[in-house]
Amino acid sequence: MKTKAFIKKYTMVIALCVVFILFAVLTGGRLLYPQNLSNLLLQNAYVLVMACGMLLCILTGGNIDLSVGSTVCLIGAIAAQLLAMGMNSILVILLCLVLSVIIGVWQGFWIGNIHIPPFICTLAGMFLFRGLGRAILGSKTIAINNKTFLNIFASYINVPGLDGGEKKWSAFVVGIIIAVLLLVNTARSRAQKAKKGYKQIPAASEFGKIIAIDVLLLYYTWKLTNYKGIPVMALWVLAVVLIYAFITSKTAFGRYFYAVGGNEKATRLSGINTERVYFLAYTSMSLLAGLSGLLMAARIGSVNGDTGNSFEMDAIGSCFIGGASAYGGSGTVPGIMVGAILLGVINQGMSIIGLDNNWQYVVKGAVLLVAVIFDVVSNHKTGKAG
Amino acid sequence: MADLILEMKNITKEFPGVKALDNVNLKVERGEIHALVGENGAGKSTLMNVLSGTYPFGSYTGDIVYNGKVCQFKTLHDSETEGIVIIHQELALIPELSIGENMFLGNERKGRLGIDWDRTYHEAETHMKQVGLKEEATTLIKDIGTGKQQLVEIAKALSKQVKLLILDEPTSSLNEEDARMLLDLLLQFKKEGMTSIIISHKLNEIAYVADKITVIRDGATIETIDNSDRNINEERIIQGMVGRELSDRYPSREHKISDRIGMEVKNWTVHHPLYTEKKVVDGVSFNVHRGEIVGFSGLQGAGRTELAMSIFGRSYGTDISGEVLIDGVPKTLKTAREAIEAGLAYVTEDRKGNGLILTESIAKNITMSRLEKVCSKGIIDVDKENAVAEDYREKLRTKTPSVQQNVGNLSGGNQQKVLLSKWMFADPEVLILDEPTRGIDVGAKYEIYCIMNDLVAQGKSVVMISSEMPELLGMCDRIYVMNEGKMIAEMPAAEATQEKIMAAILQSDK
Ligand SMILES: Nc1ncnc2c1ncn2[C@@H]1O[C@H](COP(=O)(O)OP(=O)(O)OP(=O)(O)O)[C@@H](O)[C@H]1O
Ligand SMILES: [Mg+2]
Repeated sequence: MKTKAFIKKYTMVIALCVVFILFAVLTGGRLLYPQNLSNLLLQNAYVLVMACGMLLCILTGGNIDLSVGSTVCLIGAIAAQLLAMGMNSILVILLCLVLSVIIGVWQGFWIGNIHIPPFICTLAGMFLFRGLGRAILGSKTIAINNKTFLNIFASYINVPGLDGGEKKWSAFVVGIIIAVLLLVNTARSRAQKAKKGYKQIPAASEFGKIIAIDVLLLYYTWKLTNYKGIPVMALWVLAVVLIYAFITSKTAFGRYFYAVGGNEKATRLSGINTERVYFLAYTSMSLLAGLSGLLMAARIGSVNGDTGNSFEMDAIGSCFIGGASAYGGSGTVPGIMVGAILLGVINQGMSIIGLDNNWQYVVKGAVLLVAVIFDVVSNHKTGKAG
Repeated sequence: MADLILEMKNITKEFPGVKALDNVNLKVERGEIHALVGENGAGKSTLMNVLSGTYPFGSYTGDIVYNGKVCQFKTLHDSETEGIVIIHQELALIPELSIGENMFLGNERKGRLGIDWDRTYHEAETHMKQVGLKEEATTLIKDIGTGKQQLVEIAKALSKQVKLLILDEPTSSLNEEDARMLLDLLLQFKKEGMTSIIISHKLNEIAYVADKITVIRDGATIETIDNSDRNINEERIIQGMVGRELSDRYPSREHKISDRIGMEVKNWTVHHPLYTEKKVVDGVSFNVHRGEIVGFSGLQGAGRTELAMSIFGRSYGTDISGEVLIDGVPKTLKTAREAIEAGLAYVTEDRKGNGLILTESIAKNITMSRLEKVCSKGIIDVDKENAVAEDYREKLRTKTPSVQQNVGNLSGGNQQKVLLSKWMFADPEVLILDEPTRGIDVGAKYEIYCIMNDLVAQGKSVVMISSEMPELLGMCDRIYVMNEGKMIAEMPAAEATQEKIMAAILQSDK
């Protein structure tokens, strides 16, 4: 019974481990090369970022945002053009983020206040923004050469003195610090709970979890130490993920997204402004899509009309693989991170093996379907009202 | 040897963390009306769901012997082919479809090409006649009242060649007249040889209609009481249900009504949200003092719920006019939020649709309308939230393994308690209760009445909308009577009687 519950709770984590080991073997260990592990994060940065925003949309009732891939293209195109015109890079970044918010307000207004079905509204956005992006690019590929811009998003952290040599020690130092902080923090919160006499999760399982995370963290930062150190992009991703994890799990504001997805009428009668919830879900989504546009532009170093193509599918897929309910009302940031990484590992693994692009799609589709089937079936078995 | 149509032997059913049924036995004779009674969460609905195959064979242990043979129903369909039809606690009709379409949903009358609509409507009308439902078969479900909807459910059962009809709290949302009609219908079917099992918390109905009464408590059969001579004492049933004697149905209270008026509504008019020329509430005025319980009586569709919801942040209707004063101060309550902040709370009659998030935990539901009370700077203090929920669980004796349980997994009556907890947590000055004791057992009713008394003792105002006249008479200080959107009478409860209220309604109909 206990192991069953454990397996159920951590299905996707277990699946991730299995897939990871599978590809590690299939690639003859090449997946574990420091460079590949570092790239795993960089190549999926946009998915991780956008999945956070997509989660909020999906929470409100399985609503998705189809326009994010196009928003990536549009914002990337604007950034590239402005930089090419010689504008200050900080100004460009701020301007682009403001523009993404405006795009979000545009969509959020129609969806939240005028009650246009999200699917249709964002489908329209998908065409609109893609078209605008291509028009701005003039059907060309525009390269980005602005050093500051590239540094802000796509460089590596370099601490003088620590990172002079082959090994970038700063990465490992950061890993150790975070690992210790996690441990200390858990111990402290347990002590506090004990003092107030609140119920506790058994120490073994709570510390077991933290130690597992710590070990992975140390392993990963050690790999980064061996390859250029901590990428700045990781910090951006981390910031977004932490903020969204915090909002969804700890704040009243985050709770409202779950409530709307669970029962919109009851939520409205509880005095919660449900229109605003929709509005903000889509506004935040576009902001993150815009940020992803900048990350993408910097990482690739250029923008063209196909930039961001089908990114929406990766973001949506990660959420559903990561356990967000297609009916809304349930899903967590850690969950969808696992989903996103799972997709990422599959992508990366298949690329290293050299599997044909077409087959990569087939595999991704199959994984998505299996994950969702599993979710639906297992929830029915426990009699969860849906 | 009695002729048993059904025998359920040693039925045990577990949910994660809850043993809902523990070796339950039930014997039903052919042609009788058998009542199942018990407190909220006793396991009545679960037992019937086991019988009907809603919980498939294999998910429980024990035997179901029907017509002398052991049955293993895997789906609802399996039991229906044997003539067992269940009408669930919550009506399962589709509002946007017609009566006829609903009746044959999943059981369509097929012609050569698709559905034979003529036959569908013809047969629908035959069954409707059997239950005495005077409507067109093409009328949409959403356009008829709950009483008639309940009749549609029964007509639907008849269309399935029912031999054993199970009704899970069929009268909980009906007014007395409709309820009586339904019970008489059952008695008539009984004469025609049908067997029924009825679950109800209304003991007077049980006493009126049942031949035998089986009492279930905490997932186990306590006893089966014979009532073939129809003279059982209600106290006798209660004793079996709660395991102790309950001397009074209504807790006594000191009537300390303040001169200050908690809420006053003047000339309130509300139009229907779709048919905007129709007035659902028409020039209604009323008030409730601090420390007073005011009751609203009336038939189904009198506009009481609409009145309450439109006052509560304009949550119903269009083109609303009139004045609301809270504690003497005029307020424009344009959203539910504003209403809550002004000290108003509305406990809905439709707990699943408008009240609760079934997929969320008890704790999260309770804090929803006033989340800021367990927050600091927008961050939820989960420990505090759980402590609050735990507190209400104890106060209202909600039956659940933990406050982390999803509300959807609770029995109907316990869901109602969570809903009440939610609005008590909002700490209102004026509490509007819409059918607060619907589907609640006698013991829990008493507790809810006590809570109402507590609130008014603290100087708050309570408005109770109820279709159960004895409850209004027993609890209120004053009673308003509404009919067809208009306020037609007001009387002190001390002078009111059921006859007076009915007379007022009939008079206004003329
Ligand atoms: N799906 C479920 N998961 C977990 N527990 C459940 C589930 N369904 C019912 N229960 C539990 O089983 C018990 C019996 O519930 P049931 O609905 O049969 O009660 P009931 O007698 O019909 O009560 P009421 O009069 O309130 O309708 C309750 O404690 C309830 O919480
Ligand atoms: Mg029940």
